[in-house]
Amino acid sequence: MIAELGLLFTCAAFALSIGQALLLTQAARKGDAALLASGRWAAGLAAVFATFALLALIAGFLRSDFSLAVVAQNSHPNKPLIYKIAGAWGNHEGSMLMWCLVACIYGFAAASRAPKDGRDESWLDARAAAVQGVIATLSFAYLIFASNPFARLDPAPLRGGDLNPLLQDPALAIHPPLLYMGYVGMSVVYSYAIAGLWSRAEPKAWAKAARPWALAAWSFLTIGITLGAYWAYYELGWGGWWFWDPVENASFMPWLAGAALIHSLLVTERRGAFADWSAILAIACFSLSLLGAFLVRSGIITSVHAFALDPARGVWILGLLGLATFGGFGLYAMRARGEQGEPFAMVSKEGFLLINNLVLVVACATVLLGTLFPLISEAVTGATASVGPPYFNATFGPLLALGLILAPAGVLLSWRRHIGLAALRPLLGGAALAVVFALAAIIGASAPWLAASCAALAAWLLWGAGVDLHRRAGGKTVGESLKNVRRVPLRGWAGVLAHAGLGVFALGAGVETSMRQETTIALAVGETGEAGGAKFRLDAVETGEGPNYYIDRARLTVTDGADQYEMAPERRYYWAARTPTTEVAIRDTFGSDLYVAFGEPVGASGGKVEAADDKPRWRFRVNRNPFVGFIFGGSALIALGGLLGLIGRLGRGASPARAPAKTAESVKA
Amino acid sequence: MKKSNQRLISIAVGLAGLGLAAALVLNGLKDTVTYFYSPTDVYAKHVQPGTKARLGGLVESGSLVQKADGAVVFKVTDNAQSVPVSYRGLLPDLFREGQGVVAEGEFGADGQFVAARILAKHDETYMPKEVVDALKRSGEWRPESGMPPNPGMGAGMGANP
Repeated sequence: MIAELGLLFTCAAFALSIGQALLLTQAARKGDAALLASGRWAAGLAAVFATFALLALIAGFLRSDFSLAVVAQNSHPNKPLIYKIAGAWGNHEGSMLMWCLVACIYGFAAASRAPKDGRDESWLDARAAAVQGVIATLSFAYLIFASNPFARLDPAPLRGGDLNPLLQDPALAIHPPLLYMGYVGMSVVYSYAIAGLWSRAEPKAWAKAARPWALAAWSFLTIGITLGAYWAYYELGWGGWWFWDPVENASFMPWLAGAALIHSLLVTERRGAFADWSAILAIACFSLSLLGAFLVRSGIITSVHAFALDPARGVWILGLLGLATFGGFGLYAMRARGEQGEPFAMVSKEGFLLINNLVLVVACATVLLGTLFPLISEAVTGATASVGPPYFNATFGPLLALGLILAPAGVLLSWRRHIGLAALRPLLGGAALAVVFALAAIIGASAPWLAASCAALAAWLLWGAGVDLHRRAGGKTVGESLKNVRRVPLRGWAGVLAHAGLGVFALGAGVETSMRQETTIALAVGETGEAGGAKFRLDAVETGEGPNYYIDRARLTVTDGADQYEMAPERRYYWAARTPTTEVAIRDTFGSDLYVAFGEPVGASGGKVEAADDKPRWRFRVNRNPFVGFIFGGSALIALGGLLGLIGRLGRGASPARAPAKTAESVKA
Repeated sequence: MKKSNQRLISIAVGLAGLGLAAALVLNGLKDTVTYFYSPTDVYAKHVQPGTKARLGGLVESGSLVQKADGAVVFKVTDNAQSVPVSYRGLLPDLFREGQGVVAEGEFGADGQFVAARILAKHDETYMPKEVVDALKRSGEWRPESGMPPNPGMGAGMGANP
C-alpha cells in the first residue's frame, strides 16, 4: 500500500513539476506576479511530494517489504537500521528518486528567490526555476518510465539480497545525498545560464544571481568526492584513496569545470567580462554531470565500482545528455552577445583568472579524454585498452602544478590594470619559504622530487593565503591585521581558506603518493614479522558475528619505535550478499597512517603452499601512508571555503534592488 | 590595451593552452595505455618482453603455488593457451583456482608475466567483462563457471589454513 502511495506521490511531483515549468514560463513572459506565486506553490508542493515519495521508499526498506523489487534486491531484514535507510538511495532507482527530490528542492529555492512583486526586470530567478521545472520533469519521466523504484515483485521473495556490503558504511550512507546536491546543483547553474540567455539579462546581473548556486553545487560536490575518496581509502583496503577510476573521474570532471566556473563568474559579476565564457562553462558543468551519470549507470565503461548496469537506462540518460547539451549550446549560439566586457591587461586579475580557467578546462579535457579513450579505442581498433594512473599523473599533475603556482599571484593583482609587479613583492617571502621547504624535505627526509616540490607548493600557497588574509584585514603590520582579522567578511575568508586547502592537499597528495610503502607479510599465531619499519606479532585470530556478517579478527601487537599498541584488522563475510569485505586497522599519528589490511589465510585460494612448517598462516598488507590526513583535511578546507563564500553572500541579502522589497515586506509583517 | 590586441592575446593564450594539452596528452597516452591480452592473444601476437598489459583469463587449476617468502606464481588460461604469472603481494579476496582474474603488469624476458596488481571479481557472481569476452572468443565461455559455490567461507574460515 505504501509503495502505491509512493508512486502516487512521485506522479504528483511529476505533474507539479510540469506545472512549475509552465506557470513560471508564463509568469516571466507576461510579467505576472500572480502566476509567479502559483508557480512557486507548484515548485514547493513538488518538493514536498518528492520528499513523501522518498519517505515511502524508506518505509519500504524499514519494513523489509520484499514485494518491492528494489528492496528485495538491496535489503535484508538483519541489516542495521541506518543502512536500511541509506539503502533507499544505495541503488539505481532510489538514487534517481533522490536526484529528482534534490532537483525539486533546488527548483523551489530558485523560485523562492524571485522577488514577489516582479521587481527583477529580467525575471531571472523565475525563468531559472522554470528551466529547473523542465529538468525535474524529465528526471521524473525517466524515474517513472525507466526506473520505477516502486515496482512490485509477484510472488514476493522471502529474503532480500542485501545492500552491497562495501556500501554499508557511515561515510557511504551520506555520500550519495551530498554528491547529488553537487551534481543536481550544477543543473541549477545550468538553469540560470539558460535563463540569462533567454531573458538577455545583463551579464553582471546574471552572474550575480548564478554565483551562489555555483558555489553551493561545487562545495557539495567537493564534500561528496572527499567522502568518497576517504571511503575508498579505509573501506576498499587497497591502501590508496584515488584510482582514476571512470566513476571517480565522472565526479571529478564537473568539479574541475565548476572550479573554473566560480572563478569565471567572479570576473563576469565584477567586470562584465567573460560573460559568454561563463555561460558555456555553466552549460558544460551540467552536461558533465549527466555524462558522469551516463558512464556510471550504463555500464559502458568497466569500473571497479560501477552499479546498476543496464544499457537501456544508458540510452535514456544519453537522450537527456544530448537534449541538455545541444539545447543549451543551441540557445547559446542564438543568443550569445559576443561582448568583450571591459578590456584588461594580461598581467591583471582578469588575465590570471583567464589562465586559471584555461588550466582547469584543459585539465578537465585531459581527464575526459583519458576516461573515454578505452571506449574510443575499442570502437575504432577493437582492442580493449585501459588508461591508468600513469596517464593522469603525467597530464593532470603538471597542469595542476601550473595552476597552483599562479594562484597566489592572481589573488594579489588588481582588476583591469597592470599595476607593476611590485604588487607581488609580498610573495617573495613565500618563494623563499618554498625553497626552504623543498630543501628541508630533500635533505631532512630524503624525499623524492615529487614530495619535495609538493612541499614547496604547499609553502607557497599557504604563504599566499596568509598574504591575502593580511591584505583583507587591512592592517599595516601583521600584528594589527591579526587584531582586525575578525572583521574580515566571510566572503573574504572563502578564497583564503580554499587556496590554503589546496596547499594542504598538495602536500598530502604529493608526499603520500611518492613516499607510501607497502609490504606484505604472512604470520602464524605467535609469530613476529617486520613490515613498514614496525614489528607485528600475531597474538590470535578470533571469530565473531555482526548483525548480518561473520567476522574474522586478527589481534596484532605492534612495536613501532618506542610505541607499543594493539591493532585489530578484520575480514567480514556478509552472508546474505555472499561477499567478503576488509576492515582495515589504521593508526593515525599526526596525519600519517600505519594501515593494516587482513588478508585471506595462505592457501585459501587453493594450490600448493611452500612453507617452513605446516602451521596456518595469514597474510597482512601493511602500508605506511605518510601525510594522508592532509589530503582529506585539505579537501575539507577547500569545501569550507566554498561554503563560507556561499553563506557570506546569502547573509548580505540579495541584490540591492531586492533589499528594499524585503524590508517593505517585513514592515508589513 | 586595444580590444583587437586583447583578442589576439586571448587567442594566443588559448592556442598555447591547446598545444600544451595536446603535448601532455600525446606524451601521456604514448607510454601509459595498456591493452588487454588473453593467453591466446599473447601467443598469436608474439608479445615483446617489457610490454605493459592487462592479462585476463581463468586461474588454471593446479597451477597456484604460494612460496614462503610471499611470492605467488600461477598460470592464467583461456582453456586454449596459458601464460605463467608471478606476483608478490596480497591476493584479492575470492582469488581462486578456476576463477576469473585480470593481472596488470608487464611481460618478463622469460615469457613470464610479472603482475603488479591482481584484480579478481568483487563478489561471487561477477566475472570481469574482458575475461568473459576473451573466453567467448576462444569458445570456452561457460556461464556457470562464473559462479561456483564457495564453501569454507564465513565462520571458521579463519581456522582454515
